[in-house]
Amino acid sequence: MMEWETVIGLEIHTQLATQSKIFSGAPTAYGAPPNSQACAVDLGLPGVLPVLNKEVVNMAIKFGLAIEAQIAPRSIFARKNYFYPDLPKGYQISQYELPIVEQGKLAIRLEDGSEKIIGVTRAHLEEDAGKSLHEDYHGMTGIDLNRAGTPLLEIVSEPDMRSAEEAVAYMKKIHALVRYLGISDGNMQEGSFRCDANVSVRPRGQIEFGTRSELKNINSFRFVERAINFEVERQIDLLEAGGEVIQETRLYDADRDETRSMRSKEEAMDYRYFPDPDLLPVEITSEHIESIRATLPELPEAKKDRFISDYGLKAEDAVILTASREMADYFEAVVESSGEAKLAANWVIGELAGYLNREDIAIGDSPITAGMLAGVIKRISDNTISGKIAKDVFDAMWNGEGDADTIIEQKGLKQITDTGELEAIVDKVIADNPEQVEQFRAGKEKVLGFFVGQCMKATGGKGNPAQLNQMLRDKLGK
Amino acid sequence: MSLDKSDVEKIAHLAQLGISEVDIPGYADNLSSILEMVEQMNAVDTAAVTPMAHPLDAVQPLREDRVTETDQRERFQAVAPSVDDGLYLVPRVVE
Repeated sequence: MMEWETVIGLEIHTQLATQSKIFSGAPTAYGAPPNSQACAVDLGLPGVLPVLNKEVVNMAIKFGLAIEAQIAPRSIFARKNYFYPDLPKGYQISQYELPIVEQGKLAIRLEDGSEKIIGVTRAHLEEDAGKSLHEDYHGMTGIDLNRAGTPLLEIVSEPDMRSAEEAVAYMKKIHALVRYLGISDGNMQEGSFRCDANVSVRPRGQIEFGTRSELKNINSFRFVERAINFEVERQIDLLEAGGEVIQETRLYDADRDETRSMRSKEEAMDYRYFPDPDLLPVEITSEHIESIRATLPELPEAKKDRFISDYGLKAEDAVILTASREMADYFEAVVESSGEAKLAANWVIGELAGYLNREDIAIGDSPITAGMLAGVIKRISDNTISGKIAKDVFDAMWNGEGDADTIIEQKGLKQITDTGELEAIVDKVIADNPEQVEQFRAGKEKVLGFFVGQCMKATGGKGNPAQLNQMLRDKLGK
Repeated sequence: MSLDKSDVEKIAHLAQLGISEVDIPGYADNLSSILEMVEQMNAVDTAAVTPMAHPLDAVQPLREDRVTETDQRERFQAVAPSVDDGLYLVPRVVE
């Protein structure tokens, strides 16, 4: 049986979060009535001239700096020619030769904790096309040009990825990065972040790449994984049956979980790029690049290192907490008001992330604010409640029953600190379980856990496990 | 380099131009002579010359990121052949 190696490169289109379009002063807001944000430039009416948006250039520079890339001192725009009704000019303004960003790199972290560097070949600026609505409009196609001219940064990776898992890790890393930088909202439902995957397979050990297919317009992390896995299987089956992979564009159908050929695009692949005579070369000085560098926020890698050194977090926890800027900010807000970094990390990664995942809620929309989570953590650290009771308090807060102190008060969840009361419980548990007492005294340390559990049960969870542990040891040791 | 009939047909197709059969030899001749002229220029050593991206010796001015256009859909759609629900209608595109 032949062993196959998968080779993947990704092209990610990320919509830049500007107020106005890349070459016109029309707004870019999502969801406006059809064609209400398409001006004469976007419509490609005769006699109009594109003028480049300064912010778009600055955002591309930010991205380039964040991936340690080269920022081109001189960059040009080109026309990519093809005919489609949602592209009114008959060409898309893009970059071909001399893109604004070249040769960057990014580290991804894999399941087993190892790191891998993925090369970024280039990132170039271009305008988005409009939208075609194929529902029946009197037997015709409807065209909405609101999206036409929306600024995109197309980020092209090297064919450095070897599995769908690596591709997803890379895509997530780029997604987090553009959001950290504030250059894109990364909203996948609205199409602000989408990806094409170039996929091929080759016998392991072979130097040359196999023939690739291009999977178009994948707009979720889950789909990119499924689309690549399907495509790899398809290509291997084809090759093992003596067939050949043909270079083509394929569309991933999420409903059927399969890819299929888009033959219509085949012969239009000759885009006849040439420099756009309507636009002059863009020049970027090193002074300008440095002034942009000064505005860069703390990036995920630096933040992760700081979380480890300042808060004493474990590396894997710091990675999870810095995966998105929102989560990192939430965590830091909890630490600031509770003063308990490790407890904050455990609660954000454990309980909070669990609840958010289960109900598919973004951390920014969490019903438990950072202040509320800090409230329950403070009550754990001052011994008002145990960690176990805290979970009940958390659940009640999640269900909108108020803040931690209110819930603890109303439900009478305060920890029992009265030594006399606890002693009575401990004595009873010891008296009720003579067999286990023997085992413990015979050296079976593990039985202590059983006693603590019984005592906690007897207090209705309101005992302090550490205190009970100590009392049990004192009494059983006698 | 000289172009044949199939080259001309391909170029016409990419440009979405309808051309008639009888004109093809003439187009092939004209386009071929343009390519010959380019080939003559290829003979010049340009290794030390920065490729020209634009005939004007100037740099692209940039505009501030501000919305300056208002919605003029009614006026634009008044001259469109067919519209409905705010959409421009075009002959059906089949994917």
